[in-house]
This record gives sequence, C-alpha cells and structure tokens, in this order.
Amino acid sequence: MTDHIVIVGGGTGGTVLANDLADRLGADIDAGDVQVTLVNDDPDHVYKPVWLYVPFDQREPADGRRRLDELVDDRIDLRIDRVTDIDTDAQRIRYRDAARSVEYDYLVLATGSTLAPEEIPGLPEGGHDYYSESGAERLREALLSFTEGHLVLSVVGTPHMCPAAPLEFVFMADDWLRERGLREAIDITYTYPIQRVHGNPHIAEWARPLMDERDIAVETFFNAESVDPDGQTMTSMEGTDIEYDLLVAIPPHRGVDLIAEAGLGDDGWVDVDKHTLEATAAENVYALGDTADTGVPNAGSVAHYQAGVVGQRLASHVRGRPPTAIYDGKTLCFIETGMDAASFVEFDYEKPPSPVPPSRTLHWSKLAYNESYWLTARGLL
Amino acid sequence: MTDIDIEPTETVDARGAACPGPLMDLIGKIRGVESGAVVELLSDNEQSLTDVSEWTEESGNDLLEVVEADDHYAFYVEKA
Repeated sequence: MTDHIVIVGGGTGGTVLANDLADRLGADIDAGDVQVTLVNDDPDHVYKPVWLYVPFDQREPADGRRRLDELVDDRIDLRIDRVTDIDTDAQRIRYRDAARSVEYDYLVLATGSTLAPEEIPGLPEGGHDYYSESGAERLREALLSFTEGHLVLSVVGTPHMCPAAPLEFVFMADDWLRERGLREAIDITYTYPIQRVHGNPHIAEWARPLMDERDIAVETFFNAESVDPDGQTMTSMEGTDIEYDLLVAIPPHRGVDLIAEAGLGDDGWVDVDKHTLEATAAENVYALGDTADTGVPNAGSVAHYQAGVVGQRLASHVRGRPPTAIYDGKTLCFIETGMDAASFVEFDYEKPPSPVPPSRTLHWSKLAYNESYWLTARGLL
Repeated sequence: MTDIDIEPTETVDARGAACPGPLMDLIGKIRGVESGAVVELLSDNEQSLTDVSEWTEESGNDLLEVVEADDHYAFYVEKA
C-alpha cells in the first residue's frame, strides 16, 4: 500500500520539504511505497525577499521567480492546482480542477501569508507596499520621483512576513536618500503597533538608538484605523493622526480561508504543537512556515528549518518508527541597516536574539545568500 | 478563577502565544467590535500585564478587570 504525502503550497517551506522528502524517501518513492504530491496554484516559486530591493531599483521581481518544475525533484508529483477543501476526518482533499477528491495519509500545509490591505479603509488607495511584486514595482515608481516631503513607514499589524523588513526599509531609505542628497528635504517616520519599534524586545532595544541617530522619527502604539487618500492622513485607533506625502505600509496579513474552514485554526494559521509542528485539531496534519502558528517570525529561515523537521518526522512515520525530530524555534535573519551594511541575528525558543554590529561583510553575505537561495529551494544548501 | 460580574462580548484565547501576540490579538478583536463591547483576553504571558494596561491607557479603552487563574490571566477590556 502506498503512503500518500500531500504538501499544499510551493513557497520556501513546501519546496524545501518536497526536495527533502525526495532525498530521504527516494528509494521508497522509486519502489512505489510512497507518493509525494506538491500542489501549488502558481507554476512559479517566488522568493519574496527580493522585493525589499525593488523600490530602490536594485532588483527586478523576475529575479525572485523560478519555475517550480525546475526546482522540484522529478520524483515529486507536482500539481499546479488549488486545494479547495480539506476533510481531516476522512483524510481527503479536493482540488479545484479535479472531479474527485483525493485521499492523503499525511497532509502538510505550507500555504503561507496573504495580504489584506482592504481591512484598513483607504489603505489600498492611499498606501504603498513592498510585500507584493506589483506593490514593490509601484513603490519604485513613487520613490524614484519622491524628492521632498514626509515618508511614513507604518507597520499596520503583526504577524507579518519578515519582521525585520520594516526596519530594513527605513534604514535603507535613510541611506539611499542621503546618497542622493535628498535626506534633508524628506522626513521619515516609522510607526509600530506596540510600545516599542519591534515585537522582539531585544531587536527593538538594538534598533531604536540607530533610528534616533539617523533622525528617523518613531510613533509607537500606532494601530492604523483608516487612511484618507485625498487628505493624505493616517489615523490610529489610539487617536493619533499622521500626515504623509508617501505612505509605505506593511498591510494586515492573513492565511488562507481553507484552514479556518477545515477547523484547523483562526485567520488561516494552523494551531500546532510548536515543537512537532503537528496540528492540534487533526491527526496526520502538519503545518510549517507562516502557516504554523508557533509564535516565531514569519521568515524563510524558519520555513527552511521546519521543513527539515517535518521531513524527518514524516520519514519516521512512513518507516513505522517513532518520530523524534523537533523544531527548537531556530531563526536566522540578516537585517540591512543601510545600502551597504547589515546586521545578523540567530535565536530560538530559549535563546533571545542579540544583533551583531552592522558591517559591509554581513551586507554582502545577505546578498550572496539571496543569490544562492535557489540552492536552498533545491534542498542543496 | 474568581467569580466576576462581567459578560464578555468576545473572547480571545491567546494562551501559549509569545509577546506581542496576545496584545495584537486583543487589538485585532477590539478593531472589529462595537463601542461598549467587552473583549476577554486569555493570556499566560507575564508581559501581557504591562502590555495590555499600557495599551488600553494609550488607546482610551477601559481595562475593567484582570483576573488571575491557575495558569493564565483574563483581561476584560471595554471598547471606548
């Protein structure tokens, strides 16, 4: 009897896991004992960190796209389709483009984050973002012609993809505008929903003095309530108004409706055991990356490490052994602090982050990693 | 848990969530309810004791009560 493992989502988590399983279970797949299906509704894999550089005209969105069939091992059954229904009791899923539902033995949800700017009235019309390809391109157009006024970076909500990226954007914008001789004509304000500049207190304590040194104004306890695109004003739930000339927002994030409809968790995030990544509401269901509600950052490194854990656990299940691999919260992040300097943090559930002093070496390390990311997706790095 | 005379309109169970998850869950829920509604937040994160009181003061919402249970706190916040 063939064990059928279905992975939903071809982002970093899903793609690394598929290649990990092809490696671990290659002989079992070749023998017909295991079938691994990766389903994604886009034929391309997208590496989103590239978008941070697009507004500064340093990268193109196409630099972050590769065809999944070129990244995924041939032993994986790649299906370009959308899962429209999950029945965890019957262990069946339904595809949009198929007449019959399909049984699974193990299901892995790696459906990632989606943007929900419409949750804040006026934000889609009044704000820019660099959390989507189209948003990053529109922001590039706006930023390249922006020569004076007030640039506001507003983190509307958490969790959001790459918690370091809002800090990176204001640090890069500050440096980029200085290089172009425009910084004195442009004020920069950074807003954050809680009482500090980042969710993690250790990163907040590190970042705040850098922002003060570089004359980046900070508005904390700012939870955007609405945006007036005509008056170019943003209003918070706390009653603060900020006038802007160019608004860059980190929009509210959600998962996919499919997950809430299947009873696996609210807002599209799957409730999981944070060490085993097994869903708490269903048997034989895992979640990883942004989809898993573990409390760790929504970051590619998290998805990468979690994929290794889920791969080991699934291989153990298939072979009838007790799974022993656990995820310890490991997260690695480079943090750009300008156009040619970056810091780096490494932390886990037990050990807090301690950002290292920014350097050019770390900046180039980040760019080098971005180039070599495709080896990560292939499971080689 | 201590008996209290508050009937919450909505409950947010953020037990197990790391900071600032519980506060953000509370803010998200407050965003969607009517003025006068009471949101109950369940959190086992000690940081919530300061996070929630500071935010309610800043935002003008009313922290009606904090109840300590065996393994978590229950915060009752009335939307202004």
